[in-house]
Amino acid sequence: MGRSTALKGASWALGVFAAACSGLALGLEWNLQPAASPIAADVHSLHEYVMVLVTVIFVGVFGFMFYSVFAHRKDRGYKAAKWHENTTVELIWTIVPLILLVVIAWPATKVVIAQKDTSNPDLTIKVTGYQWKWGYDYVRGEGEGISFISTLATPRDQIDGRAAKGENYLLEVDNEMVVPIGKKVRILTTAADVIHSWWIPAFGAKQDAMPGFIRDMHFRADKLGVYRGQCVELCGKEHGFMPIVVRVVSQDDYAKWVGERKQALAAAADDPNKQWTADELKARGEKVYASNCVACHQASGKGTPPAFPALDGSKVVTGPKEAQIDLVLNGRPNTSMAAFGKQLNDVELAAVVTFTRNNWGNKTGDLVQPAEVKAARK
Amino acid sequence: MSAVVDTHGQAHGDDHGYHPSGIMRWITTTNHKDIGTLYLWFSFTMFMIGGAMAMVIRLELFSPGLQWVNPDFFNQMTTMHGLIMVFGAIMPAFVGFANWQIPMMIGAPDMAFARLNNWSFWLLPFAASLLVISFFTPGGAPGVGWTMYAPLTVQMGVGMDLTIFAVHLLGMSSIMGSINIITTILNLRAPGMTLMRMPLFCWTWLITAYLLVAAMPVLAGAVTMTLTDRHFGTSFFNAAGGGDPVLYQHIFWFFGHPEVYIIALPAFGVISQVIPAFSRKPLFGYASMVYATSAIAILSFIVWAHHMYTVGMPVAGQLFFMYATTLIAVPTGVKVFNWVATMWRGSLSFETPMLFAVGFVFLFTLGGMTGLVLSLAAVDIQLHDTYYVVAHFHYVMAIGAVFAGYAGVYFWFPKWTGKMYDETLGKWHFWLSVVFINITFFVQHFSGLAGMPRRVPDYPLMFETWNKISSIGAFGFGIAQFLFLYIIIKAIRSGEQAPERPWEGADSLEWTHLPTPAPHHSFHTPPVLK
Repeated sequence: MGRSTALKGASWALGVFAAACSGLALGLEWNLQPAASPIAADVHSLHEYVMVLVTVIFVGVFGFMFYSVFAHRKDRGYKAAKWHENTTVELIWTIVPLILLVVIAWPATKVVIAQKDTSNPDLTIKVTGYQWKWGYDYVRGEGEGISFISTLATPRDQIDGRAAKGENYLLEVDNEMVVPIGKKVRILTTAADVIHSWWIPAFGAKQDAMPGFIRDMHFRADKLGVYRGQCVELCGKEHGFMPIVVRVVSQDDYAKWVGERKQALAAAADDPNKQWTADELKARGEKVYASNCVACHQASGKGTPPAFPALDGSKVVTGPKEAQIDLVLNGRPNTSMAAFGKQLNDVELAAVVTFTRNNWGNKTGDLVQPAEVKAARK
Repeated sequence: MSAVVDTHGQAHGDDHGYHPSGIMRWITTTNHKDIGTLYLWFSFTMFMIGGAMAMVIRLELFSPGLQWVNPDFFNQMTTMHGLIMVFGAIMPAFVGFANWQIPMMIGAPDMAFARLNNWSFWLLPFAASLLVISFFTPGGAPGVGWTMYAPLTVQMGVGMDLTIFAVHLLGMSSIMGSINIITTILNLRAPGMTLMRMPLFCWTWLITAYLLVAAMPVLAGAVTMTLTDRHFGTSFFNAAGGGDPVLYQHIFWFFGHPEVYIIALPAFGVISQVIPAFSRKPLFGYASMVYATSAIAILSFIVWAHHMYTVGMPVAGQLFFMYATTLIAVPTGVKVFNWVATMWRGSLSFETPMLFAVGFVFLFTLGGMTGLVLSLAAVDIQLHDTYYVVAHFHYVMAIGAVFAGYAGVYFWFPKWTGKMYDETLGKWHFWLSVVFINITFFVQHFSGLAGMPRRVPDYPLMFETWNKISSIGAFGFGIAQFLFLYIIIKAIRSGEQAPERPWEGADSLEWTHLPTPAPHHSFHTPPVLK
């Protein structure tokens, strides 16, 4: 019996080892993503240092235990010793771990201090978490004034299994955040509704985004490329679907990107005083709906009641348009219905309200002009 | 009035002869053994319900994409799995052990407050019902995670309120149970049973009970503030009204970290009974075990913010909580060293309780080591809210507590029932559990390091292999637990008669001074201790 137990134990250990090896052989992702900033490199070396230390301790302690398990057995006729305390030994194994902790804490302290030092940034970007997308505002440094919203670009069909999943499934966005290489970037985080958390693993940079408060962190990217992360604080239904993508470019490319972005912003600025036709509004509204509303209210307009009500046949959508404009502008407190007045411009709001009032079974025939939305803003 | 006195007198005259039968026996019981049994069956039931939710989670995560459940329901599953396992399964299981064992171990006739004991238990089914009913309310159960962070809680439906009330009831139950345990241990010990002669299980529960009395009201406060924020216009956690969402996290984790030890300490206690029994050698360093347990309990109150390294604390805060957290490694290390030293040059045998106990020491320590990695603020910021953390806390809480629980059940089962379980099947249960649970959780270290966030219903393609392996392990572990149910039912119905001393190395009072099975009322007169 004892022998078979020992055999089973050994074969189990072998099995785990074999699984780990085959994992490595298959080239699976099993360790921290390659560092692309000095802080991330520091975090990685600290992690490796501690892992080596704890592995040695673990193997040492359990070396003793498993020796005992094999050698000091009743079925081998081993007689139990009588002792049950030894002050010297007990003092040693209290004091030695204390010393080891100091050995670990010293390098760890240095990394923590470096990580928290957000002084003298070259570029400051404010990141706002929304349910469920990210807003970026370049607030100081080259590119000041650039502002955009970044939403998941993976098509719904891939998520629901109606289309093959792409290479960057769930890690792709419509508008990437762009930063220059080698520059210290300070990220200010905040949120509009609930707590989110902004993270790029390769930068070793993670910071919760608190509604109503501003927190900060920093990174200095030292490799060109595209880096991907996800929201890491549960923020409701679509928490798994609000990725973060940062493109690190050369200084020249960055200057070029800033120029293009500013031109595009000027060109795309919608004139709120223009009168739009019904078809224009509906076409535009469908796009706005697809990127802002579809996660909750669904493409069918049926929603997933009761948390996310249907728009098709809704009393609000088929009722007076002033009430609907007000709801979309200011949100519904204590629900996931955000105040979109802060995220969308008058044209987009007018378009999406028009779209919902004249789509699915809703046939109000109402047109909402951007000027009406502008008037409704207080 | 006289009627009441009469009934009372009659019951006594009958020498405890008043035994309602059937369901009324269990509803009205004030016997510590009956109540212990109720706690244990309740916790196993909740363990299977919480486990079923884990199966739904692993099923959805088997492949990338959304296949089985929508994200909303997925969040409800993760939330309820956590709440039910922590408050419904693990904590009541150890209270069940306390009820059965503490009076027998210290030579007391029963718990100090017998009717309070009955009430402590019977609050639990109502709390559990509230949790389950929340699934059927508009909006379903809350999908906020078991930590119930504000302000996401404000967006939930009425299921959130039911959950809050459930937490209140569970907290009341725990506090009453703790008062009972503290009073029993301090006042009802047999003459000669000094505190420093108590079995270590009683010590760990005494300290746990103090932790519960201190920590549970804090949790009740946190969820009550959530309730008033939701319905009565307060702004404790709402910046727009002058509050702060981080305040919730401070309050929650001020409860939450002691809670970790509320779960771990009784498990340590069980292990400290089992290992000496099967090593046929007294527990090594008894006094240092007591001091280490107390040190862990005290430290547990000053480390809470290590759950919050990413909320944006000042550097001094990060460093303080990092240093305080690493300190916990010292007393925990002392315990592990003492267990290994107890086994060293013992005369070991490996019946099922010992297998689970050794499995506990090995795997709990593995989880402790990743805990040390996570204690370092800089590394934690990289790993916070990833599957690395999920792996870590399942090693210490799920594997740790569940293995200790199984060790305890197999160990004391003959004393409780007078029957022996099937040793071969018990060993199968252990080996299936240990293999599958490691398949489930070991690979989660890898997906976490590589960057997979927790609490997501869907994930990027690079995490697929790890999730498939993990899901297969989870299904295997889940099925293996039905074997446990079978073993217990088989033993109760047709198990062999247990010998008077089934374990030759077990030497606490329930083994040396009571027959097997232990009589319904034990120690009418205190035992004589030499």
